[in-house]
Amino acid sequence: MNSNSLVSISDISKEEILRLLENARYFEENPNHKILDGKVVATLFFEPSTRTRLSFETAVNRLGGRVIGFSDASTTSSSKGETLKDTIKMVSNYVDLIVMRHHLEGAARYATEVTDTPIINAGDGAHQHPSQTMLDLYSIYKTQGTLENLTITMVGDLKYGRTVHSLLMAMQYFNPTFNFVACDELKMPAEYKEFCDQKGIKYTEHKDFSEEVINSSDIIYMTRVQRERFTDIMEYEKVKNLYNLHNAMLDNSKDNLRILHPLPRVNEIDQDVDDNPKAYYFQQAQNGLYARQAIICRALNIDIKEVQKS
Amino acid sequence: MKGKKELAVAALQNGTVIDHIPSSALFKAVKILGIEELDTHVTIGNNLNSKKLGTKGIIKVADVEFPEATLNRIALIAPTAVVNIIRDFEVVEKHPVQLPDTIVGIVKCGNPKCITNNEPMKTRFEVVDRENVTISCHYCGHSVSNKDAQID
Repeated sequence: MNSNSLVSISDISKEEILRLLENARYFEENPNHKILDGKVVATLFFEPSTRTRLSFETAVNRLGGRVIGFSDASTTSSSKGETLKDTIKMVSNYVDLIVMRHHLEGAARYATEVTDTPIINAGDGAHQHPSQTMLDLYSIYKTQGTLENLTITMVGDLKYGRTVHSLLMAMQYFNPTFNFVACDELKMPAEYKEFCDQKGIKYTEHKDFSEEVINSSDIIYMTRVQRERFTDIMEYEKVKNLYNLHNAMLDNSKDNLRILHPLPRVNEIDQDVDDNPKAYYFQQAQNGLYARQAIICRALNIDIKEVQKS
Repeated sequence: MKGKKELAVAALQNGTVIDHIPSSALFKAVKILGIEELDTHVTIGNNLNSKKLGTKGIIKVADVEFPEATLNRIALIAPTAVVNIIRDFEVVEKHPVQLPDTIVGIVKCGNPKCITNNEPMKTRFEVVDRENVTISCHYCGHSVSNKDAQID
């Protein structure tokens, strides 16, 4: 077990979150920095995720490290029945850091228990994806200048969307106000509302994606409503277009409002929003690179302040 | 406590009596404690009258004193259970079982996509709510109440 591993956003404190954000900002200003010279990082993608893998691999390359790994478990010994434990133990012999994505929930936590090499969870099923949360936080921080006292509206699939759950947990330190906009089938699960109650976080629930809600928001976090989440297809047909965002809906929104989306989007954000300066989802993905550079340095115990001095 | 109201099984000279087990949890408790593997005298009673529980189960095991940690493993499914240690026909110790903070290797995670259901490994649950006896999987976070917990 290596204490620099990052499995879940709830593993790290407020101070560590803020330090990661500061370091992400440093990397945005200095993306190429050969501080991983001589280090080898494994990207083990037991489940394909091109976007996340490329982002991590770019982060390592820009820091001057080398990458080994696979992007699909069907080409590895996993397909011959090798256990996750054995794969992790074998790869640990070769590398300084493992970035892994797995379709099973809890896989990354288990991996940390079988090796002393630090592990970064790049997504374990529907469970955790902390680097996504860090890039969401960095995007909010960058566009608003602060994380404190913001009104954040989450829209769409609030039941299964792990990104909204992790973001909610991470925002606990910053006195947010949440608007949860979803249909009954996909509303925010009770456990997260209880979490808000316990932490004294203000929230309201809405079925309508109304102008009033939009105009009160500093951040709108859109998610995709997926057909396969519905037991009743009629219900899906009824709600599928209720949570789509069009440019005209933003006419009276705040100047500082930014629209986020973890991507890929389908039609929940209309193309006509893309040219609005409040649309931020493409830059958001770019911020992932800097957030991941910061996370990689944390995992390898590299002090950015020392690096800056040298 | 004398007379015909007492159990129609012999008193123990030495050993352990586990009393006040909810009837529905008796056989799960037998399984968790590994009673099947023992070769000393074992008496198991179920659906006996109980003022507190309505009906209860009881397990009497001769000549065996279980480690505390083993006994506490049944606290999840039988939080009302009371352990009596008998030496030379006397109850020398009597205490309720105690729910540990972590439960390793008894409960099967109800989430089919949990790593514990797909790797040869022990499950691990943390008690998140002592009052309602709710536990949460250390790996995938899936929560379950003791009534719904599947015993592996």
